[in-house]
Amino acid sequence: MDIEVEETVGELRQYFKTGKTKSVIWRKNQLTALLDLVHENEDAIFKALHQDLGKHPVEAYRDEIGAVEKSANNSLSCVEKWMAPKKSNIPLLFQPAKGEVLSEPLGVVLIFSSWNFPIMLALDPLIGAISAGNVVVIKPSEQAPACSSFLANTIPLYLDSNAIKVIEGGAHVCEQLLLQKWDKIFFTGSPRVASIVMSAAAKNLTPVTLELGGKCPAILDSLPKPSDFKLAVKRIVGGKWGPCSGQACIGIDYLLVEEKFSSALIELLKKIIRRFYGENPKESKVISRIVNKQHFKRLCNLLKDPLVANSIVHGGSVDEENLFIEPTILLDPPLDSPIMTEEIFGSLLPIITVNKIQGSIEFINARPKPLAIYAFTKDETFKRQILSETSSGSVVFNDTMVQFLCDSLPFGGVGQSGIGRYHGKYSFDTFSHEKAVMHRNLILEIEPRYPPWSNFKLEFLRLAYRLNYFGLLLHMLGFKLGLIRRT
Amino acid sequence: MSTTLDSHETTSPVEEEQRAFDAEAASLLVKKLREAFASGKTRGYGWRVSQLKALAKLVDDQEQQIVDALGNDIAKPPLETVAYEIAMLKNSCRVALKELKHWMTPEKVKTSIATFPSSAEIVSEPLGVVLIISAWNYPFLLSLDPVIGAIAAGNTVVLKPSEIAPATSSLMAKLLGDYMDNSCIRVVEGAVDETSALLQQKWDKIFYTGNGRVARVVMAAAAKHLTPVVLELGGKSPAVVDSNINLKVATRRIIAGKWCCNNGQACISPDYIITTKDHAPKLVDALKTELETFYGKNPLESKDLSRIVNSNHFARLTKLLDDDKVSGKIVYGGEKDESKLKISPTVLLDVPRDSLIMSEEIFGPLLPILTVDKLEESFDVINSGPKPLAAYIFTNNKKLKEQFVGTISAGGLVINDTTLHLAVHTLPFGGVGESGVGSYHGKFSFDAFSHKKAVLYRSFLGDAPVRYPPYTTTKLRLLKALIGGGILGIIRAVFGWS
Repeated sequence: MDIEVEETVGELRQYFKTGKTKSVIWRKNQLTALLDLVHENEDAIFKALHQDLGKHPVEAYRDEIGAVEKSANNSLSCVEKWMAPKKSNIPLLFQPAKGEVLSEPLGVVLIFSSWNFPIMLALDPLIGAISAGNVVVIKPSEQAPACSSFLANTIPLYLDSNAIKVIEGGAHVCEQLLLQKWDKIFFTGSPRVASIVMSAAAKNLTPVTLELGGKCPAILDSLPKPSDFKLAVKRIVGGKWGPCSGQACIGIDYLLVEEKFSSALIELLKKIIRRFYGENPKESKVISRIVNKQHFKRLCNLLKDPLVANSIVHGGSVDEENLFIEPTILLDPPLDSPIMTEEIFGSLLPIITVNKIQGSIEFINARPKPLAIYAFTKDETFKRQILSETSSGSVVFNDTMVQFLCDSLPFGGVGQSGIGRYHGKYSFDTFSHEKAVMHRNLILEIEPRYPPWSNFKLEFLRLAYRLNYFGLLLHMLGFKLGLIRRT
Repeated sequence: MSTTLDSHETTSPVEEEQRAFDAEAASLLVKKLREAFASGKTRGYGWRVSQLKALAKLVDDQEQQIVDALGNDIAKPPLETVAYEIAMLKNSCRVALKELKHWMTPEKVKTSIATFPSSAEIVSEPLGVVLIISAWNYPFLLSLDPVIGAIAAGNTVVLKPSEIAPATSSLMAKLLGDYMDNSCIRVVEGAVDETSALLQQKWDKIFYTGNGRVARVVMAAAAKHLTPVVLELGGKSPAVVDSNINLKVATRRIIAGKWCCNNGQACISPDYIITTKDHAPKLVDALKTELETFYGKNPLESKDLSRIVNSNHFARLTKLLDDDKVSGKIVYGGEKDESKLKISPTVLLDVPRDSLIMSEEIFGPLLPILTVDKLEESFDVINSGPKPLAAYIFTNNKKLKEQFVGTISAGGLVINDTTLHLAVHTLPFGGVGESGVGSYHGKFSFDAFSHKKAVLYRSFLGDAPVRYPPYTTTKLRLLKALIGGGILGIIRAVFGWS
């Protein structure tokens, strides 16, 4: 295996050198092929996702297949525009000249995807890497084995297998991969592993994009209109248990609300949960299960602390055999308990009460920067305050998760929640080097650029840098007069 | 090593002398700066402008001192200091002051039907507390140009200038202390120990200018805290020279980029030349003629050439020339004066590609010329090595230009000139591969020190039940239509026609 990895990377690098992947035709063909792959294998993808995560087909389509299709279609229609050199204005001083910024592929790139959206988190970055003209290795998460083998078996049937490879495996394979020299590493996962990836990347000065998570808060301000309140809570339920049962990096981790609204909130949450998932959510089939035993145990452990267990106000039942944890709501669990210090990444929702909703800003700022902040409010001052006083990958007002679908917005974290961004044009940029190109001709020459240095040349350059063209002209004239005087 | 860190607080000089800058001191410093950042002071437009103006004033007021410090450190000719450090910096301040409001304005972006109705924007926010580690060759510019970006973006800053240019380092520590807001902008002087102490801390960005070896250490340290980095490195930047060109102009531009830039001690100086076998003698003659016009018959005496920065680098460069493989290849120059750390402009013809001088970045006044049969072969030569920070070509051949731009991967390319792209603030400046990570200058500096926060505004109107469970096949159909974007499909799905 060890030698195989090295060979694969070597072959890919050779193929990149042929320049084939740089052409717009190759890129478009690959994007089209990727669309075919997704279209023609929809059922197989549904099946694999159900096997790995118990994901319902509608959810699978909304969060994975659909997202990939949208992204590929967008790239397909924009890639030529993205590839076009961007003109830069050149100051008069350096004229005649032409400046442009050219996006070129980085080379051989490595994509580590994660298990919670095992199809989309592998294929969405791939779309960026292809659009930018790179050759690619994808290492799907071994924790979603059905999806991993689907990708490994299907991708070679559709995409240029000289340029795009899938390497499956666990920690050992990751280590082998990280020993190679890459031109970019794109990683989706946890901060702990991200730190290992970046350390390995440092050995070869490889740039990294790290898509991590964090405790994404939702702030719920008082919404006097009952219909607004209802819609907000509906969107919160959708954003917590909708995508992969809370196992999503931009899922809501905890909810901040003023003390006086907490009981009304809890009642409504319960009601909507019942409407979405029925009296017995376990049987509903529309809610994903916990990915594996290890994560199931981790989540159960979060609930173990008696003070935490006491704070459960809804749900809390677990089914180890089916790896199912009921949508669970906790009211004010201790802030120093693991459930409030670690990313939950599962179906537990703590509600934290504050005296005044403005206090939630301080609460958020006392913790690492999250990937997303959600705020339900109609108060424009509060909105501005949230925007300018907190820091997070993204901020969404009055909804959850939808920023993910917006190709015109960069998606990525800051601080603990990640480095770099992707989606739409940002994906293309993430996998490109922006090369500065300046064209000059060999006719005009500014003498003061060259030694021997004199005060005249010094003065000339001073004026030139200030772009003081009139002064420059006078200076030139003065020089000529000086010459005459000397002769 | 004493530190100027606390020189603006009321500590007695003795106390200050004794205090070493260790990890504890570094941690305290970061804590203070983090508090200053948390106060929100640096976020305001007013603060940023006041600091940029203060920096511009510093440069204006202290020109002579800066020229003197660089004279001390590397015997840099005053004109080079004024043209390439001071003037560039003033220009950066001017651009930042002029554009800042525009840069800070959130960028509105379109939203798709999938999130309709909504509006979206991208907000640039400061990253927090940033560390800038700079280099000795352009110690003033390479320290303060990134500082401009960091200030413009609203961060608090620690600057660690290079200890290899001690006069400039201590001048900057003093001047930044005098002119800038010390609660937010600090200078830490020192060498390896101080840098290590700084690198142990958690930063929100590290901006490093220097070499690949240290860059790896910096990035590994950054990885522990998931800190993003900009690494401005160097590499062997080639210049390809075609025949049938205005050789005089080309030669002068090569000299301007090589010896007029700190005597070749610049990251974007041409490192070596590739030309055809036939053309090489003419090029060598032209170089000789122009070099003599510029620096006279005895260049070691010329005041228009910087010296080699220190004896380590002098020894390193001497070793490159003493390599058996290149002895006898010197066609011009080669004179040295160890006592003055001076090496004259030196041209070497037909050096083998496996020689020492061709396997590492030269960073000095030696210019090897490689020859090829056909100029197109030069592209393979360049691409067989690590990606350089810059690549230059002198030619009138349109096809060759296109080929060069299409096949050569480097931080930046200049056709028919050298190093000029550095001064154009509308072009991103930075490397790729071995020559670095990230870019800066002008708006790119602002972006390097900003986080681009995605903001999406939604109202309480128009919610599609399709997003929510319980899931049905109708919902699946509608979703497909919504994401596919076809209006007809949406209508069909809504009415249940499939």
